[in-house]
Parts: sequence; structure tokens; C-alpha cells
Amino acid sequence: MKPPVVESLASESGWQRFRKDRAAVWSGWFLVAIAAVCFLSPWIAPYPYMEQNLAHSAMAPSSAHWLGTDLLGRDVLSRLLQGGMISLFVGLIATAVALLLGICYGVFAAEAGGRAEDLLMRGVDVVSTLPLTLIVILATVVFGQNLPMIFLAVGGVSWLTMARIIRNQTRELKGSQFVQAAESLGQSRWGIFRRHYLPNLAGTIAVCATLTVPGVMLLEAFVSFLGLGVKAPMTSWGLMIKEGADIMEECPWLLVSPSVVFALTLLSLNFLGDGLRDAFDPRSSRK
Amino acid sequence: MAYVLRRLLEMVPVLLVVVAATFFLAHAVPGGPFDKDRPLPAEVKARLEEYYGLDQPLPKQLGNYVVNLAQGDLGPSLKYPGWTVREVIGSRIGVSCALGFTALFIAVLIGVPVGVLAASRPNSWLDRVPMGFTLVGICVPSFVLGPILALVFALGLGWLPPCGWGEPEHFILPAATLGLITAAPLARLTRGSLMEVRSLDYVRTARAKGVPPLRVWFVHALRNALLPVVTYLGPAAAGLVSGSFVVESLFDVPGMGRLFVTAIINRDVMLILGTTIVYAAALLFLNLAADLANAALNPKVARGR
Repeated sequence: MKPPVVESLASESGWQRFRKDRAAVWSGWFLVAIAAVCFLSPWIAPYPYMEQNLAHSAMAPSSAHWLGTDLLGRDVLSRLLQGGMISLFVGLIATAVALLLGICYGVFAAEAGGRAEDLLMRGVDVVSTLPLTLIVILATVVFGQNLPMIFLAVGGVSWLTMARIIRNQTRELKGSQFVQAAESLGQSRWGIFRRHYLPNLAGTIAVCATLTVPGVMLLEAFVSFLGLGVKAPMTSWGLMIKEGADIMEECPWLLVSPSVVFALTLLSLNFLGDGLRDAFDPRSSRK
Repeated sequence: MAYVLRRLLEMVPVLLVVVAATFFLAHAVPGGPFDKDRPLPAEVKARLEEYYGLDQPLPKQLGNYVVNLAQGDLGPSLKYPGWTVREVIGSRIGVSCALGFTALFIAVLIGVPVGVLAASRPNSWLDRVPMGFTLVGICVPSFVLGPILALVFALGLGWLPPCGWGEPEHFILPAATLGLITAAPLARLTRGSLMEVRSLDYVRTARAKGVPPLRVWFVHALRNALLPVVTYLGPAAAGLVSGSFVVESLFDVPGMGRLFVTAIINRDVMLILGTTIVYAAALLFLNLAADLANAALNPKVARGR
């Protein structure tokens, strides 16, 4: 027998609802396009991103260099694509880390119940009031500013909201009749988690993840902006914005293109997340 | 009162955990405070480390640090000889506090009225235009808005100095950057929560029994609608902290954020610890203040505990 998925009917029309949200759909396509060009950048970028050409340094946008060149004569468009690849990578992987931690913690808390649950959730409340950015900065410096550690550090502080939402949902599911039925039939906790919790949490998780990505990318950009994140010759959008801001009087194009692309990406992620939530989360769909 | 005391006591273990975590992280940062371009003679370095107690085992150092901390002593700065961390932070904290509170003030002064205005005419241009701006405001991080404001008002129009500190006009750009960034989510929150409260029964009752519309709006609806907004001020303060890092380095403001970043670059372990503790304590207090303000506004919360 197939385990029931609550709102399976609602989620059918969820896609239909989503498709009517033009802002969300366009944002989705925009993100697909950005991701595609960034991840294909090793093959389609007009120049190697670290190739320096001092004879062509600090040139304004032209037909040879669409977005101009930086002080070392590197092509801004190529760097923008490579930086985007890093920024999106961090966004996706750190979100995955946060997702994993949040789901485990949230489900565990809800399963534990009683005083233990109260204590665990109070812990989340307390931790979320701390200056976590400071910890992230310290951790990235400690671990030598290499990429995997940036993923871990950024993801490691971004799971708190996720844990809260997952716990609330799981608590509701735990009290529902079909979970109680599975319990009384002797299904193991793991089985209940896999067959009942996960399918019913899937929508929430997807929405949550989409809305976590911009925060995570912002955090990475922020750390890179302070010069403590991604290291040269690699780059990320945050680092490019910093380099542009340093010399914005002489070469404004170095600041404009990464800022615009970064802001548009975050904007689309927010639109997409809101669209998904309105379409799939019946409680918040009233506008 | 008992509640406030309990919350204050709760902060002690939290701060201890923060101290321990920061302590080990700060000591794990590769490189030491006495590493220079030309390496110091081993003997000198050993004497320096002995003087500052850095040669002792880490757990013992942590113990000493906590004991001193309990007496309000944050230890000596390793990079500014002759200064204690307390003095260094004391010379910077006023700047950051002034900046932070001005930004929060600007944010509330802009965010809440815009939210109210938008909610008063939902789906009209009065709602759509400001809400569009707030969406942009949420996605434009401080390190993008700051340079843009500087580009326009300092370099383009020449009204304000692009960076520096000391004159009142140096204050405007950094405070505006931080304030506008925080105003955007505040406005959205105010609008959303007003929309929700508006449709509740008690508001309809008030309207039905003939309370003047403006009175319904401000006395009945807004008071309840502001609860989530007040709660958000705690997290908003945390956002301001990270924003201040960016803004202080952008506009050359001698505040705490820059102090922390330079402390990391200089490997000044004591200063890293000191700034982190001050930030953590400040945020915990602000959150407590937000909760208390919430209780003052909402009799249900006050009676509930």
C-alpha cells in the first residue's frame, strides 16, 4: 500500500498555481540561464579568467572586452562567469549542508519531544541571537580560506531557521492519524521518517532551500568582500564587488557589472522562493 | 523582574560557550601575533609569549581568561603594546554604537510608515511602488548600496565626503546605507502583519461599532501589528553588526567592525576574543530588550509567563 502524501491533490494544482506566477517563472528561467553560463564558463568564457594582459589594463567596455578589463588586464566578463560559478557553488553546497543539519536537528527534536525538545529548540533560539558572522569569518580564516571549508562554515550557521520550520512541521505530522496508524502497525521510527515524514516535508524543504540560497550567497559574498573568503586568483562576486568598490572613481564598470548580476540573482531567488511558497504551502498562500 | 533575572542568568552559560568557541578558533588561526616579515629571535619570541602567558597549555589559558573576564578584564592587546583590549575597544565602541542606533532609528522611521502606507491601500500604486523598492532593498546588500550611494552623493553630486570620520557630515552616508538596508525588511514585515491583523474580527467589530477609521487603524490594528516588527528588531541588530563591518571599511569609519577585521589579520587573539564577546553580549541584551518591549505591548505575552 502506498503511504499517503497529504495534499497530493493540492500539489497537482500547485504547479498550475506556480506557472501563473509570472515573476517566479521568469526568475526561474533567469536563474537557469545564469547557472548555465557560469558553469559552462570554462568552455564558453571569451578569455581565461586569470590571463593577465597589462597592455590592456583598466579598459572600459568595448567590442573585444564586453564588460571591460580590470587593473591587471583580465577580462571582466570571464571573471564574472568564473566568480558566478564559485558564488553559485557556495550557494548550492552550503545550502545542502544547512538542509541536512536542519532536517536532522528538526526531526530529532520533534521525535524527542517533551523537555528535551524544549531544550533543543531553546538552544536554536539562543544560538540565532549570536553574532554568527564573526564565527564564520574566524572559521574560514582558521581553515585557510579554502572552498570546502567555506561551504561548511557558511552552511554550519545557516540551518537554524530550517531546523525550526522542520520541527514545527514534523510535530504536526507526528500527531496525525496516518503516522499513528503506522506506529501502531509497528513500523520503525526510521521507516516512518523515510515513508511518511520525508514525502510530506518535501514541499517545505524545497521552499526553505530556495529561500536559504540567497542568504548563504550573501554571507559568502560578505566574507569575500572583507578579503577573508575566496582567495586570488580565484574570484567570487563578493570579491569582485570589493575590488570594484576600491577603484570605483576611475573604473566604475568594475563595480557595476558584478553588483547588478549579484543583485538580480538574489532578487530572482527571492521571487522564485516566494512563488514556490505561495503555490505549495497552503497556509501562507493567502496574500 | 524574576523573568529578567532568569534571562540574564541564562546569558552566562551562553557567553561562556561563545568565549570557549572563539578562544579555540582564534588560537587555531595559522600564524601568530609576533610573526613579522623578519622573524624575531627565538629568545625574544619566547620571552614575549611568556610575558603574555601564551606559553601555557590552552585549557589553562582559557581558565585564566575566564577568571579575568569575570572581573571585567579583557587582557592586554598583543598588537598595540601598552594598551589593554578594554581601552582599545573603549576607544572604538562609541562610534559603532552611534552608527548602529542611528541606522536603527532611520530604519524604523522609514520602514514602519512605508509599511503602514502600503497596507492602507493594498494593490494600488501606493502599495506596489514602495514594495517593489523594498524587494530591491532586500536583494541589494550593504556592500553594493554603500558604493552606489558614495558614487552618487559624494563623487557625482559632491554633496558629501566619500569617506573619513570626525565631521558630522561623515556620519550621513554610512548611517543611511545601514538604515536603508534595514528599513526594507521592516517595511515588508509591517505591511504583512497589518494586512493580517486588518482582517481579524476585533478590527471589524471596532469598525462596525463606529470607531473613526484612523483610530481603528492606529490604536486597534497597528498596536497588534507591530508585535512581529518589534521582535524583528533583535535579528535586525544582528544584521546591522555584519553590515557595520562592510560600511566601516567602505567609508573609513574607525569602529568596532574594522577593529575585528584588523584583529584577525594581525592575529591579535586577545582583541579577537574581546570584540566577539562585546558583540555577543550586545546582541543578547538587544534581544532581551526586544522581548521586553514586546511584553509591554502585548498583555497576552506578559501574563503568559
